This record gives sequence, structure tokens and C-alpha cells, in this order.
Amino acid sequence: MENILSLLIWIPIMGAIIVAFLPRDNENLVRYISAAITGLEFIVAIVLWRAFDPVNGSMQFMERYEWIPSLNISYILGVDGLSLPMVLLTAMLFFIGVFVSWNIKKAVKGYFALYLLLNAGVLGVFLSLDFFLFYIFWEVMLLPMYFLIGMWGGPQREYAAIKFFLYTLFGSVLMLIGILGLYFTCGKTFDILLIMERAPEALNGVLWWGMSAAKVIWVLLFIGFAIKVPVFPFHTWLPLAHVEAPTAISVLLAGILLKLGVYGIIRVNYGIMPDQVYWFAGGLAFLGLVNVIWGGLCALAQTDLKKLVAYSSINHMGYSLIGIAAVVAAGEMNGGDLKAAQAGLSGAVFQMFNHGTISAMLFILVGVVYERAHHRDIDGFGGLASQMPIYTGITALAFFAGLGLPGFSGFVSEAMCFIGAFPVFKAIVVLSTIGILLNAAYFLWAFQRVFFGELNEKYKDMKEINGMELFTVIPLAIITLFFGIYPGPYLDLIKATMDQIIEKIAFAASYGIM
Amino acid sequence: MIENPMILFPLLILFLPLISFIIVIFFGKKLPRQGDWVAVGSIVTTFLLACYLFLQMLLNYDPDFSHGASFSWINLGEFKIDLGILVDNLTIVMLLIVTLVSSCTHIFSIAYMKGDIRYNRYFAYLGLFTFSMNGIVLADNLISMYMSWELVGVSSYLLIGHWFEKDSAANASKKAFLTNRVGDIGFFIGIMLLYSAVGAFAFSPIFESIAGGQAIAGTTLTIAGLGIFMGAVGKSSQFPLHIWLPDAMEGPTPVSALMHAATMVAAGVYMCVRLFPIFTPSALIVIAYIGAITAILAALIAVSQNDIKKVLAYSTVSQLGFMILAVGTGVYTAAFFHLLTHAMFKANLFYCSGSVIHSMHHALHKAHDHDTDPQDMRNMGGFKDKMPITYFSMLVSTLAIAGVPLFSGFLSKDAILAGTLSFAQHHPGHFLLPLFGFLAAALTAFYMFRLIFMTFHGKPNIKSIMKDIHESPKEMTGPIVLLGSLSFFIFYTLPKNFNPMKDKGWFTDLIVPRNSAVPGSLTANEIADYAHHAHYLAMGLSLVVASLGILLAYLIYQRKVISAKNISKRFGFFYDWSLNKFYFDENYNRYLYQPFLRLAHTISWLDWEFYDKYFINGFGRLTKLLSTISGKFDYSGIDQGFVDGFGRASNTVGKLLRNVQTGRLQNYLLFVVAGILVIIIAQAF
Repeated sequence: MENILSLLIWIPIMGAIIVAFLPRDNENLVRYISAAITGLEFIVAIVLWRAFDPVNGSMQFMERYEWIPSLNISYILGVDGLSLPMVLLTAMLFFIGVFVSWNIKKAVKGYFALYLLLNAGVLGVFLSLDFFLFYIFWEVMLLPMYFLIGMWGGPQREYAAIKFFLYTLFGSVLMLIGILGLYFTCGKTFDILLIMERAPEALNGVLWWGMSAAKVIWVLLFIGFAIKVPVFPFHTWLPLAHVEAPTAISVLLAGILLKLGVYGIIRVNYGIMPDQVYWFAGGLAFLGLVNVIWGGLCALAQTDLKKLVAYSSINHMGYSLIGIAAVVAAGEMNGGDLKAAQAGLSGAVFQMFNHGTISAMLFILVGVVYERAHHRDIDGFGGLASQMPIYTGITALAFFAGLGLPGFSGFVSEAMCFIGAFPVFKAIVVLSTIGILLNAAYFLWAFQRVFFGELNEKYKDMKEINGMELFTVIPLAIITLFFGIYPGPYLDLIKATMDQIIEKIAFAASYGIM
Repeated sequence: MIENPMILFPLLILFLPLISFIIVIFFGKKLPRQGDWVAVGSIVTTFLLACYLFLQMLLNYDPDFSHGASFSWINLGEFKIDLGILVDNLTIVMLLIVTLVSSCTHIFSIAYMKGDIRYNRYFAYLGLFTFSMNGIVLADNLISMYMSWELVGVSSYLLIGHWFEKDSAANASKKAFLTNRVGDIGFFIGIMLLYSAVGAFAFSPIFESIAGGQAIAGTTLTIAGLGIFMGAVGKSSQFPLHIWLPDAMEGPTPVSALMHAATMVAAGVYMCVRLFPIFTPSALIVIAYIGAITAILAALIAVSQNDIKKVLAYSTVSQLGFMILAVGTGVYTAAFFHLLTHAMFKANLFYCSGSVIHSMHHALHKAHDHDTDPQDMRNMGGFKDKMPITYFSMLVSTLAIAGVPLFSGFLSKDAILAGTLSFAQHHPGHFLLPLFGFLAAALTAFYMFRLIFMTFHGKPNIKSIMKDIHESPKEMTGPIVLLGSLSFFIFYTLPKNFNPMKDKGWFTDLIVPRNSAVPGSLTANEIADYAHHAHYLAMGLSLVVASLGILLAYLIYQRKVISAKNISKRFGFFYDWSLNKFYFDENYNRYLYQPFLRLAHTISWLDWEFYDKYFINGFGRLTKLLSTISGKFDYSGIDQGFVDGFGRASNTVGKLLRNVQTGRLQNYLLFVVAGILVIIIAQAF
């Protein structure tokens, strides 16, 4: 139990090494071993969840080892209510992703070795509490992703991979500068928790080239994370990367990697510079609005089903941004409205998880039809409902979940984001409710074109969704429905941590060093 | 608390249809008769439970009767959402309407949908709908009402699109959902406004806060009320969002009866009735005008339609307009009364039209005629003797909707018109409201009798099919007879009143208007008092307009003394507008959908072709250009020019200097001397 977090990170790394040494020609062995490793990983994550104390909002299961003492670099891991759901989501989606990748034929060994390395990188980011370690995992994540898109992707894979790589690299360079800025101002340490303690005082009144150091660092870090979210105008890598990536990788991109952005903003920006939240929240909410509307309009215009789902991610992450901006309601200048702050922040963190499950479902389902028809042109189908009733039913479910229908988890989190942000950002929230119309429009219109009407003659022999594919979607559907009907268990898990963050930000308003 | 039948039974009524949905959707195909008995059984059970509640209500005979229960759904400490149910007289009456019409629809559908390819799914969706509708009815807070509200929208989407192979059905279902969502956006904004001011979602604390006048008042409250009302505009198909309901007739006819006549579209009215205390006088004025415009507009369209279901659809829109008008003028219990009577006679009208269409369909099928539209009234005529049960039942319901004494519609419509008239008497500026109301009432009587005459009377228009036109099976005639009889007044005036001209009865005793929570509004007593004074005038006027309408229909379509063709020619312009539904769809398409889609395409083009390809990739190209330049500079400039330049320079210098090294001593001596000379000269200055 003591080193359970290290276990989570090192299982997939060891797995990647094992897979790399397996015989090249036994592809099924590679698949089974990968499934076993991610399965084990998932079990460990569940054990962690059961052992986690939701009443305690602070870091739990912390591990701390000296690493490079001369530079004050340590190996620090920890988990709290913000990261635990993400860890669970990661472990689950990577496990499911192995089965989504089952039909990968090309260089299976290499694929799964990189896949497991990616898994370790993602978990490392969620768990590390030392900036140096955080940054290393951030970069570890980038490389496997580059190869997974660039080698196993669609026709434009190389272009997509390099674009993804450069975009993210650009972000991480800015992030690195921001981290170094914190390192030097906060007494030469990379320890995130320590920096959180020291930063408000250390950064107070520090000017760099006439600008507040805190604001400069905030912006640098924010851009690094914003590219991952992705926040408009840093979003154009996403449709391309999603469309070109193999199905399982799109699932992971949308399901988990996008969450790193919002996670980073909450953990790093909010955690270290709570006073600056007040300065930036308006912009954040506005960017959220742009994401919602821009993403929604773009999705409406798509003819490629996968690109539509990709743009829907931009649209959905916008709700999350609006939600996290809502914490400023807790500040005394906004009347100390804790209700709104709780609704907004918890809603945003809930939305991260829900978008993870829902978009994963959507990408898997797009993959199912692509596997059979070898194209994703929305207008190139027609009438599939009469040919594939089960597939149609599940896709309808996923689409309805995506358009925020009550009864599905997405509704609860979107509503909470809106309700939370409303008292402070009335105009922005009112405008962004147009997003829920856009959501419905692009999903239903696409649904009609693919499934309704007379059956397209070309697809009268199209095979129904098979057992393996169902196995990958149904758990996600059940989770989405469960949290839609009864969100309590999720919200109870994150509540204590959210309250700590809100308290900190509310307190920051009172010492007013804006 | 749950042992209390007043809580337990409503919960059963809520969840039994959901259970039926789950069973039938997953296992329906494997069950005998595709599981229709599960659906019918569960729904009839809920009807019996609702009857029990209704009886309890009558036995108690207490207008303040109320029970409630709730549980904590979300609890974040400060931010809480409790979901719960509220059972009072309003709820019970509404539950009875929903379960009764739903039961009738289920039974009717057994025959009507026989042999349909998605028979089990049809029954499953009916269950989902009934669950969601009951959810709206039972909600004691805005969140669960909103959630059920949207679920109702989905079940409507699924049922309108039941025959999704037809593009028109698929389009209609999408249109219905999206138009409703437009309204729902307003609803949600209203919820957020109320919550951010009041800090609660449940109705009673909201009413209390508003009555307090501190938390929210004035314009904010008006906007919140109108936002919430927008939800009703969408769901109850009010102008300008009325466009979806007529298209929704693409769904199976029993669905039209249940959802698009009796219950789902009435949800908007129910919500306004339930939330009446939050509406400010300014909000109510807007509501009244929306209702009045809808009532007259839809009636004007209905007079020229030839599709039997379209006539009924526009008539529904118009009647819903009446109810909304009643809410707006303050007589909201009259709105609910009309909701009740309308649910019975309109559902029946739809069943009857379904019976006619069913019969037409079979007859045309036998005649191998696939081009004739079985819903077009111009292909009917003279069905009276072939389908006597359908005819008489439909006639009774038509008399009810036309507002003829002895029938239910007379009582409720009269109550609305009296309220409207008294409102205008006290606010003479708003004289248009009763004017539109009475005009719409006249038109209603006219187009409904036009429908009766064109369908059942006169000579058959297609003689070849007449031999195959016959009465429908008893699964269909059963509900028709039951709901037809419920169009008589007596069911609404029991137990004390047997006078067909007076609406006093269990309804008016048990559903009593409450005061608005908004400070400064008229009290319920004052409103009732004013309406009472206008009562006789309103009754007289409504009798006159109804008889005029019926008379005109009789002269044109039965006696044919006035030619419909001539009239349509003379009023060509108006006829054209009416026939084409005032070109709403065309204009929306031209000025809303198409520009919106173009905007989406432009944004998408900007995003992908311009922003990404030129701006973002521009960075790439710029970097490439810079690197080429710096490469050039590096190689041609620094390396070739500067670094190699050193080499070249020293080379040249070396070459030059080589000339100096001649190897002759004299030359060297000369250089030494010259050097010394130079030094000396330099020293000298």
C-alpha cells in the first residue's frame, strides 16, 4: 500500500520492457500480455480507490525520495480528489483501449510497447508532485504519442504527428520557462506542495521587465496547458490528430490527454497562484464560451464523422473551462458565493471525467463503422438503423449522452458548470447555452444522415457490432448512465479536495495582491 | 414516509412505465406478442393507481390537500440539489389524464400498430414517454422538472421518428427536438436566474422568496419568468416555436393522440399553472399575447388544411394558445380546466382520425392504390354509415371542442373567454386579447365542422374504396367510446351541479387558484370576481361565435350553397397564406437555418482552411524561411564569407607577402633600412 502510486507508474514501464522483449512473430501473446498488464494496472487503481479516504482533501499515499539533491529535485508522488478520478479513468481507458487496438496488424509489438509507455507517462503526470518529475512525464507522454499517430495513423499521419508534436513542444517549452521561473523565485525547489506554500509570498510584488512575475508565470503555464485542453486558439492540432490517429489512440487522446490540460490549470495555476485566478477567470470563461460556440459550429459543418466528434471535444471542454472560472464566485468581492463556486468547480472536474467516458464511447463507435465501411463520410451511409439495430441503439445512447441529455452524466456536469458560473459571468453563460442547442443540432443531424432514411444498398451486408466491440463500449455506457442518474458517489469522492481549492482561492481574495 | 400510499402510489405510477420500457426494449423481441402485454399491463396498473389517488382526492374534498417527499441527489455542502415529488390535487388530476390517455393509447396501438416492424420498440418508447411525463407532473423542483422535460423531448423524438425510413419522419423528429431545445435554453436560463437569486430549486422556497420581495423582484423576476415560460413556448408549441407540432404528425396516430394532443404538449401549460406564482404582471402580459397570437394564427391555418391530422394538429396548437392566454390573463385554473377537457376530446379526435386513416389505408391497400394519400380529406366523404362508432364519437368531441353547451369544452372555453374578457375590461388597452380569443373560437367551430362534413358526410369522393371502408376493431373503438363519452359536461360538474351552463363541480372546488407570489399582483379572489362579472357576456358571445362557425361550415361543406372555391379565389392572398401556414417554415429556413449553416461552414472553413493552414502552419513556414535565411547566412555569410574569408584573406595576404620573400639579401637590407626610416620619421612627429 505504501508504494501503490509508484506501482501504478512502474507497472506499465516494466510492461513496456517486457513487451519489447517478446518474440516478434507471436502477435497474440503481445496482445494478451498487454491486456494483462493494463488489467493489473486497472485493478491496482481500483485498490487505490477503495483505500482512498474521501473525507480528507489533502494529498494521500505520498511517496518522497531524494533524486538529485544538488538541484533539489525529488521523486514525489501523491493523489487527492482531483487526481484520483483521473487515475481511475486512465487505468480503465487504457485497459479498454487494448481491446480497441486488437485489430492493429502493423508492428504489433512496437505499438503495444509505446502504448504502455504512454500509459506510464499519463499516470506520472497525474501523480507527480515534483515539477521536474512532472515535466519529465509530460515529455515522456509526448514521444510515444508522436510515434503512435505517425506510424499507425491514417493517410495524413505524418503531418498530423509532427503538428501534434510541435504544438505540444511549443507549449511545454513555455511551461518549462514558467516552472523555472517558479523554481528561482520560490527558493530553488521543484516540490509542488512547497511552491504552493511559498509562491504567494515569494511572487508578491516581484516584477519582471515591468510585469508582475506571477502574471507572466501564469500565462506561460496556462498556454502550456491550454494547448492540451485544447483552448481556442491553440486547438487546431486536435481535429487533425484525432482524425489521423488509430481508434484506440483517439480514444485516449480525447478521453485522457485533453484532461491533462484542465487538470494542470487546476493543480498548478490555481494551486500555486490562487490570487491570480481573479485576474484571469474572466478570460477563462470567455475562452470557454469561444470553445463552446466555435467547436459547436465547426462540428455542425463537418462531413467526416470522426472530425465531428473531435470538434465536439473542443465544444465540451469549453463547459469545463466555464466551470473552473466559476470558483471566483467564492471571493469576497463576488459575495463569497460558495454554492456557485462548488457547483462550478466540481461540475468542471466532473465534466472532465464524463467527457472522458462519453468521447471514448463516441470514438470507439466511429471506429466500429470505419472498420466495416473504410470511410467516415457522414453522407456516405444512410439507413444503417435498419441494418444494425444494436449498433444504432448504442450510438443513439452515446449521441444522447454527448448532447447532454438528462439521465446521462454529461447533463449533470454541464448543468453544474453553467449554474456555478452564472452568478459571476451572466452574459457569458447565457451566450454559451447556445452551445447546448448546437450540441443537439450536430449530433442529431449526423445521426439522421448516418442511420435514418432508406438503407444504402452498398451496406446491406454490413455486419452488426461484435462481442469484442460491445465489451469495449458497454462499461462506458453503464458508467455514463450510472453517474447521470446518481452522481453522488463521484461528487463525494472529489468534494473534500474541491473545498480545499475553493477555500484557498477564497482566502487569496482577502490578501488582495492582485 | 414511503409507506404512505399518497407517496408510494405516485412513485409506482412514475416508475412502472420505466420498468416496462427497460423490459420491452431489451427483451421485447423474445417475449410472446413482443411484450406488448408488459407495457399495457404496467400502464393500466398506473391508471388504476391514479384512479385510487383520484378517489382519495374526491373523498377528502380538500383543496389544500398536499403530500411530498424528497431525497438529496447532489450534496456538496453548500450546493445542494434535492429531488422530490409533490402530490396535490393538480398533480393527481394531471396523473389521471396522463395515465388514462396513455392506457387508451396503449390499447389502441395493439390494433393500430399490428405487424409493425418495430412493434416492441414502439411500446417501449411509450413507456419511456409515460415515465418522463409523469416526472414532469410529479416534480417538486425545477431540476427534476427540467430533466423530465428533456426526456419527454427525447421520447417524442423517438416516436415521431418511428418510421425513420421516411425522410419526412426523420426530419420531423429532429425538428421537434431542436425546436424544443430552443425553448429549453430559455427554461434553463430562467432556472439559473431563479437559483442565483433564491438559492433553491424547489418550488415552495422559490415562492416564499419571491413573496418576500427581497431576493428577486422587478425586471429580473420578469426575465426569469419569461425564460421559464420559453420552455413552455417550445413544449406547448406556441408562436413562434409552433412549427414543430404539425410536422410531428409524421409519427403514428396514437402517438399524436397521446403526446401531441393530450399530454406532452400540455406539459407547458401544466408548468405555467404550477409556476403561476412566479410570473410578474409584465411577464403575464407577454404570456397572454403569445397565447392569443398562437390561438388565432393556428386557427387561421387550420381552416385551409386538407390533411385530417394537420387540421387536428393546428387545432391543438390553437387550443394550447387558449390555455396559455388564460394563464396570461390570470385565470390559470381555467387553463388547467381546458387542459383537462381538451386532453379527453382532442385525444379522442386523434383516435377517430386514426381509425379513419387506418380504414382508408387498408382499403387503399386492397385496391392496390399506393398514390392516394390516406390522410387527405378530399379523398374521403360519406364515411358516416360505414364507421358509425367513429363518427358519433368524433361528432361528440367536435361539439365539445366547438364549445357547444352540454359538452365539456363549452365549460372550460367559456371560463377562459370570461377571464380574457374581464381582463380586457380592466385593461382596455389589451382589447385584442378577447378579440383574438373569440375569433379563434369561431374559427375552431368552423374548421372542426368542416372536417366532420368533409370526412363523414356528403358523397364519397373515391367510390372504389368504399366497399372496404369499415369500422375499426374493438381495441380501437373501445378507447374511442370511452374518451368520446368523457366529452360530456357531466363528468366535470359532479357531484353537485347538473346544470350544463355552469362549470361549478369537483374541479372548481378542488383546483382553486392561488395568489401570485409576486407582491402587488391581483389576488386570486379579485381575478375570480372580475371573471365572474364578465361571465354572462362571455357565455353569450361564445355561443354566438360557435353557432356562426358551425353554420358557416354547414353552408359551405354540407349544403354547398357557398362555394369554398369562390371564397378562396376572392381572398386569394389570405387563402394562400393560410394554406402555406404563413410561410413560417420557408422564412425560418431562409433567414435562420440557412444563414446559420452558412455561418457554421464559414467558421469551419476559417478554422481548418485558413487559421490552421495559413496562420498556424504559417509559423511553420516562417520558421522554415528563417531557417533557410539563417542557413544561407550561416553557410554563405558566416562560413563561406567570414570564416572562409579569413582563410582567403590570409591566403591572399600570404600570396602578396610571398612576393616579399625574394631570398635576396639586398632586398632584405632595403626593407630594414626603409623600416628604420619609417620609424625615425614617425618619431620625428
